Amino acid sequence: MSQRYSSFEPKGTRWLLQRLTAAFLVVVLAFHFMLLHFVNHAAEVTFAGTQMRMQTAGYFVTMVAFGLTATFHGVNGIYNALVNQGIDGTAKAAVKYGLVLAGLLLAVQIVRLSLVMAGISL
Amino acid sequence: MSQSYDRGLVEDFGRWTEFSAGMWAWIFHKFTGWVLVGYLFTHIAVLSTAMAGPEVYTSTLQGLEALLVVRFLEVGLLAVAVFHILNGVRLLLVDLGIGLESQDRSFYASLILTGAIVVASVPTFLAGAL
Repeated sequence: MSQRYSSFEPKGTRWLLQRLTAAFLVVVLAFHFMLLHFVNHAAEVTFAGTQMRMQTAGYFVTMVAFGLTATFHGVNGIYNALVNQGIDGTAKAAVKYGLVLAGLLLAVQIVRLSLVMAGISL
Repeated sequence: MSQSYDRGLVEDFGRWTEFSAGMWAWIFHKFTGWVLVGYLFTHIAVLSTAMAGPEVYTSTLQGLEALLVVRFLEVGLLAVAVFHILNGVRLLLVDLGIGLESQDRSFYASLILTGAIVVASVPTFLAGAL
């Protein structure tokens, strides 16, 4: 008897968001690797260089969106993987809220860090 | 009517010798996903040295890049990221109903292309550290 193994609600919101964020991340992650390893070499990165890039509005918005999207995709992916492994009940709830908290903390830090890198003080 | 595929109990890694290409793709995608999300948290933590001042940021990044082991870890990260990207594109296409009949071949293509990109990138990633 065939079974369906995905822990995602079939074609639900998390399922859709995971795929939409994936499509965005495929492009931006490849761009990130190209820019910071092949165009600018990682060993030559300085704060001045980072700040120059982050003070370009388009780059700043792209990088913040990159960080936040990666956070959602990663945290949602981990939750899905753990549910796939069969956790339920209290463990599932603990993982869910733990991941939501970790994701929110990371998202806040990404925004704070991006502002510092761009030299923007609120 | 939707169709599903009986892939058995994929969580039972003891029967790995029976795994098909699709199950290896599933396992590799999960593994690379775990590595990438772990790296995301680590990466932001390291970059957060910018909050301690420009000099701390620059010296931390350049100090890490001076370590040969970090360069090798970056090559490993590239391999993980490239596979996750290529296999992810493959999954998106499958979700759209494209290439359903050639899923095994597209998985093997993802592996070969990952290997080729990583090997071609090694000189750039190790430059200045050897």
